[in-house]
Amino acid sequence: MDLRKQQIAFYTALLFGALAAMGWGLKTAGIQGAMFGFFASFTLGGGLMCIWERSVVRSAFSLMATFCGVAGLFILLGHDFLAMAQILIYVGGILVLILFGVMLTPPDLNERQLPRVGLGVVAVVGALAFVGAKVAAVVNWAQAETLPPAETKAEQIGAAFLRADGYVIAFELAAVLLTVALVAAVYIARRKPSDLIDLTEEGGY
Amino acid sequence: MSMILIWLLITVACYGAVIGTAALMTFAERKVSAAMQYRYGPNRVGPFGLLQPLADGVKFIFKEEVIPAGANPWIFKLAPILTALPAMLAIAVIPFTGVIGTFEGTEVLGSIANPEIGILYVLAVTGVGVYGAILGGWASNSKYSLLGGLRASAQMVSYELSLILAVLAVVATTGSLNLHEIVAGQSGWFGWNVFSQPLAFVLFLVCSYAETNRHPFDFAECEPELVGGFHTEYSSMKFAMFFIGEYTAMVVMACLTTTLFFGGYLVPFWADAPWWMGLIAFGAKTSFFLLLFIWVRWTLPRFRYDQLMHLGWKVLFPLALINIFVTGLVISFGPGAN
Repeated sequence: MDLRKQQIAFYTALLFGALAAMGWGLKTAGIQGAMFGFFASFTLGGGLMCIWERSVVRSAFSLMATFCGVAGLFILLGHDFLAMAQILIYVGGILVLILFGVMLTPPDLNERQLPRVGLGVVAVVGALAFVGAKVAAVVNWAQAETLPPAETKAEQIGAAFLRADGYVIAFELAAVLLTVALVAAVYIARRKPSDLIDLTEEGGY
Repeated sequence: MSMILIWLLITVACYGAVIGTAALMTFAERKVSAAMQYRYGPNRVGPFGLLQPLADGVKFIFKEEVIPAGANPWIFKLAPILTALPAMLAIAVIPFTGVIGTFEGTEVLGSIANPEIGILYVLAVTGVGVYGAILGGWASNSKYSLLGGLRASAQMVSYELSLILAVLAVVATTGSLNLHEIVAGQSGWFGWNVFSQPLAFVLFLVCSYAETNRHPFDFAECEPELVGGFHTEYSSMKFAMFFIGEYTAMVVMACLTTTLFFGGYLVPFWADAPWWMGLIAFGAKTSFFLLLFIWVRWTLPRFRYDQLMHLGWKVLFPLALINIFVTGLVISFGPGAN
């Protein structure tokens, strides 16, 4: 199969997979199930596109579908704060940086000729087997009658971050990590004395 | 009349108002700049040239559509949508006025939706607006576009930080992310947040100009260096979409400035004003900030790119950090702390 036919086959399969997921959700859990199918196929479809696409920029861009899908799943669970934080951080921040890095990297033209489909199938099957085994080993399946009361409000999340029996250690560790990253970035980006131009000369400021 | 019909009415009214204002802003931009430069400006189409945006729109629709060779067709088509969509999504939570009335026991508010996390929603969706610039620039397969796109997105990402920190100070003083509650918290004598958070207001204003790619930060479309920036290769309605997005983002930013710092729909010295007075007050305050956008554009020269980054990272960002720190100290230990 040439490249174009492969592309068409892949995206058709993706579309039908999404429709099937939505239909199944509609059948089992009504409109919420259909929404779940929609967002889940966004999440997984974005991931699949990311490993399928040969252009790195398109791969990176397809992650947007994944991040938005995850945000949609958060909204379905009633966690609107988490959903918005997800979009703000992942879509608005991290993905932009990934795109930046990818766009400024010259494309590797040899990459297009690599036979990848066999390897891709192996990788997908391996990943599915791993996730399946992990899920089967860890999860204790039981359908809940009612959902546990979710701590969805921003106030509750903030309080949970700062409670001693909550997530205060994880929170502080993240803060330290970010500070280290910030200092390191400044260190790398700082000008050495030899790089400095005489700013009093014409052309400086 | 059912509740759904009322919601539909409010939605249509809010979107119509904002998009209509955005269209009129293109006209006002030219008219005000003409007045500032002692010219007439557009005055042929309709009374005072008021129908000029309409004529422009029709012209854009009939223009030929050119997609450059080597462009990435899907992403090329997606980029204008990604510019216009986030700005339009942000309209959904802006409180145009207070409680309009009650219908079947439900309060009808002057905004399309009223989520708990209103301001976070606005920040999240406007943050997505950077994709229009970055992808439009990349997909055009043109050096000018790519440079313009990179500049625009670097600028937006840098200034978004200070913008969020400035908003965070307001959120901390109000104690709520809900936009209606932020407005309600600004009632009373000198209750507007601009008096309690003057530094945050200045930071927000400067960053909102950078976020919307307006003068003096309009490097995305810096004509002398980059032809037109990331939309150099776009034509016809796709080009117009970029401008619809930009002007809608301006209107949204003006609405946000009003809501966060100038009491939103609160009428000064009239605590129990009817809802339509609130709407008029909101419109008046927002119009001033829209005028300020134009005023600044035709008054100030453009920054240089390194100056822009210098200002963003070495001046505004530390100021925003200090502001949030001091705000936190005052809330914890200042008067009224518990």
